[in-house]
Amino acid sequence: MAAVSLLETRGLSKHFAGLRAVEGVDFTLPEGEVRALIGPNGAGKTTFVGMLCGRIAPSSGTVAFEGRDISHLPAHRRIGLGMAYTFQITSIFARLPVLENVALAARRRLKGAAVTRASLAALERVGLADRADQIAGDLSYGHQRLLEIAMGLVQAPRLLILDEPTQGLADSEIADFKALVRGLVVETTVLLIEHNMNVVMETADRITVLNFGEVLAEGTPAEIRANGAVQAAYLGTG
Amino acid sequence: MSDLRKSLVLHGGVLVLLFGLQFVLPAYHHGVVARVMVMASYAIGYNVLFGYTGLLSLGHAMFFAAGMYGMGLTVGVLGTAPALAFGVVAGALLAAVVGALALRTAGVAFMIVTLMFAQAGYLTILYFGTYTRGDEGFVIPQAQRVLGAVDLSDPANRYFAALALFALCLMVSLRLVHTSFGRVLIAIRENEERARMLGYNVFARKWAAVVISGTLSAAAGAFYGLLFGYAGASFAGVQYSIFPLLWVLLGGAGTVLGPLVGTLFMFYLIDLSSGVTSAYMLIAGVALVLLTLFAQQGLMGEVRARVWRWLP
Ligand SMILES: Nc1ncnc2c1ncn2[C@@H]1O[C@H](COP(=O)(O)OP(=O)(O)OP(=O)(O)O)[C@@H](O)[C@H]1O
Ligand SMILES: [Mg+2]
Repeated sequence: MAAVSLLETRGLSKHFAGLRAVEGVDFTLPEGEVRALIGPNGAGKTTFVGMLCGRIAPSSGTVAFEGRDISHLPAHRRIGLGMAYTFQITSIFARLPVLENVALAARRRLKGAAVTRASLAALERVGLADRADQIAGDLSYGHQRLLEIAMGLVQAPRLLILDEPTQGLADSEIADFKALVRGLVVETTVLLIEHNMNVVMETADRITVLNFGEVLAEGTPAEIRANGAVQAAYLGTG
Repeated sequence: MSDLRKSLVLHGGVLVLLFGLQFVLPAYHHGVVARVMVMASYAIGYNVLFGYTGLLSLGHAMFFAAGMYGMGLTVGVLGTAPALAFGVVAGALLAAVVGALALRTAGVAFMIVTLMFAQAGYLTILYFGTYTRGDEGFVIPQAQRVLGAVDLSDPANRYFAALALFALCLMVSLRLVHTSFGRVLIAIRENEERARMLGYNVFARKWAAVVISGTLSAAAGAFYGLLFGYAGASFAGVQYSIFPLLWVLLGGAGTVLGPLVGTLFMFYLIDLSSGVTSAYMLIAGVALVLLTLFAQQGLMGEVRARVWRWLP
């Protein structure tokens, strides 16, 4: 299977006043994959994906999306090309209704009645359809995270970046989330930052391990599980 | 009734009420309400930026004054209607330039930068005193205040022109909040980073909001000069940047009717208290403090929170 590469970085680095948060990362993500990005706290995962979607300017290196160099595009243009991003720290429109939150994400590509239809469908997929009229800030923390995922889904992205989506979810919600992510495979590529190993092992096609800003290992869940360096850096301590 | 229909009935009803009022109001109040409608148009312009986009400008008097002076300085040469248009365009252009520069900053810095631009505008008016007559200002002669065949110095015509301006601004504002553009402005106000990461060009939308806001403010300034026959530097001063902020805060930031309610409330509060005591500003001040303590979202904001959830 000759996979098309959707996203590619070369020598991507970010230094914060001497701190090497991300260092020379070469990363290739084929289309249609669910890729998990794991690593200890402070490994540079959030910084790395922030550079992919344009939130954070890299110190050096390039990002290509669908074969095109997007290193100099501002965030909103990258999102326009088909990336969707959910924040590690939930970021929604807390004073607006749940439905309007999703509609704001939908309206960039849809118009009129299609907006409401697509928004309700996205809420349905994360199990929040019956809360469409509530004020988003009144939802529980876990539900706010699901809302943000719905805001990502409704954009029908080519690449969906999720930064620790299951943090704060109840066990039953995590089970639903795993099913949801597996169901996404046909329509989008997923880059998933996740600390919950159970979720990673069950959803990811491949795993990239970051440690001190560098790629420590990459492989299938079985390969990563068997990798001694990864165990030492991460799994063994967890 | 759908929320949209309720909103149309309410806002249409307010316009009909204002139209009807001119036939029953005594001469004095007739004049006050005409003035309030022009100033409420200014406040509507301010509200587009402050109430809906969440950007606090301390320099809107420059846009009001651009309209007033753009009209007032050219009306003798161009004639009434072209001068009016010139004033509005002057305000729009000024807003385009100031917006592009000031939006490089955010928060307190944005407040300071807009304040400084307005101060520069004020000093420019004083500097060119030969033409602007500085603080003293100048009267616009009655002969130049005739639009078509309508003499705008006549109170009845003046009221009608003020109402026309106000109705136009109100409809612009009402339309805005129902467009996807207006909803993105609200999204920027609520969570700018999230709006950006949904793929919206936040800078371009904020800039457009500054231009719309400045244009409406300039239209109000141009009409004010024309309807009341005077242009003076005090309208470019810092207090005329603060007034629309106060009116909008009192009436309810981010509500379509708030600017009218706040302006009307403030005009009559000062008017009534000055009838009772010479320390009228004290009474007005106390009332303002009470309102900010107990109606933090402004009058229409409280109405929305408590009664009419659908209020735009
Ligand atoms: N804006 C910033 N300024 C300075 N240092 C930063 C900044 N953002 C991140 N860092 C540092 O960069 C390193 C990587 O942070 P990052 O948030 O990318 O890690 P992470 O892998 O996402 O960790 P976690 O699992 O805790 O979310 C950390 O040491 C962090 O303190
Ligand atoms: Mg992180």
